[in-house]
Amino acid sequence: MNEILIAVIPVVIIGIVCAAVLVVASKLMAVKEDERFPAVRDCLPGANCGACGYAGCDGYAKALCEDPSVPANLCIPGADSVAKQLSEVLGVEVEDVVEQVAVVHCSGDCEHTKDKVIYDGIESCAAAKLMYGGKGSCTYGCLGLGDCAKACPHDAIYIKDGVASVYTCDCIGCGVCAKTCPNHLISLVPDVKRAVVLCSNRDKGALTRKVCSAGCIGCKKCEKVCPSGAIKVENNVAVIDYDKCTDCGACAENCTTKCIRIEDLRGCHHFKES
Amino acid sequence: MTKFIVILLSAVFINNYVLSRFLGICPFLGVSKKLDSATGMSLAVIFVMLMATAATWPIQHFLLVPNDLGYLQTIVFILVIAALVQLVEIVLKRYVPSLHKSLGVYLPLITTNCAVLGVTILNITENYTFLESMVNSLGSGLGFFLAMVMFSGVRSKIEGADIPESFKGLPVTLVAASITSLSFLGFGGVVENMFPL
Repeated sequence: MNEILIAVIPVVIIGIVCAAVLVVASKLMAVKEDERFPAVRDCLPGANCGACGYAGCDGYAKALCEDPSVPANLCIPGADSVAKQLSEVLGVEVEDVVEQVAVVHCSGDCEHTKDKVIYDGIESCAAAKLMYGGKGSCTYGCLGLGDCAKACPHDAIYIKDGVASVYTCDCIGCGVCAKTCPNHLISLVPDVKRAVVLCSNRDKGALTRKVCSAGCIGCKKCEKVCPSGAIKVENNVAVIDYDKCTDCGACAENCTTKCIRIEDLRGCHHFKES
Repeated sequence: MTKFIVILLSAVFINNYVLSRFLGICPFLGVSKKLDSATGMSLAVIFVMLMATAATWPIQHFLLVPNDLGYLQTIVFILVIAALVQLVEIVLKRYVPSLHKSLGVYLPLITTNCAVLGVTILNITENYTFLESMVNSLGSGLGFFLAMVMFSGVRSKIEGADIPESFKGLPVTLVAASITSLSFLGFGGVVENMFPL
């Protein structure tokens, strides 16, 4: 019996000493974490898309806790419901989220433009772009190999007739596709506006015309007809300023090549709320 | 001085803990997929080995040996190392958050790593003095680092190789590990001949 005690007691004592040291250390050196952080983090959808401009949902939640000037309406995939929850947790006023959807600024499908080479390399836009700017005759246009569709976390993009299209009712507006596209064709557009320019060709009109019959030739007709001055032709392609656009549709009616179109851009949040 | 160099070099190359003594195989196979996680793990191992030796050597020589409790060595060492790692984690989190973040999950993972326990016990069985023990621990940690970094390179090559279906995954990794450890047999006898005692 005695031998057992001689063995057990030192181990127990060492164990108690270690435990005491750890308890004291964890009390003395506890790192204060903002108690709101878990609650804030729970509000966010956890897609880690980066649309808010921070490194994932954790980064945004941390910024919200630390800095009261960070707006609570930056989560685009979460939309109004998340903004509302966040402002409840943080005790600030609710601000409406401007929901956005992705738009592919190219309409050069098989009907309107032609391939200049046969490409049978890696099935990836980024790889195809390295080979003379892709297989299509327009080097600005959609490469059609679906890097954006693969990147989309919500499967809202598909390739139709060689051009990427966004299935807007599934689009959460995270902007992952916009970062993926090697030709930078995709941008986020406020989802209440409907007029979109479906071309990104920055060549002069005659050159654009040669490679694609649906391209913007920079004729500036839209600039003239727009009653609110929201359209400007920059680098031979029309650009709509959505802060000024009143959604009248005059540009689309008068567009020579029909590359400005009225599209139904209501994203998934519209359908959720109604 | 020569003795320290001999201990250091033989711990790194000849008695490499992973490749010759086959201790710490679990992180060697588990964490060596990427170079940065392999480096993070190895740095944490070096750090913990040094700390553990500094704590266990006095316990062995001033507590266990005088009281005839040598047989409690293993369990006491495990206890002390585990408590020590937890303590280090708390301290790092408070004072060096950047290091805590980069060591991340690896620090608590090492708590029960057999390489760490192996170093502390072998220091005792080899009858090293305190300084020699520290040098041996540093060498062992560096050896672990070397093995991890080398093997992560080997594994990144394996990723791109055309491997028969039945060999994919763990089998080819084990084959590669054994060949890597064979290559370390070549160091046998080198250090002894470099520094004739």
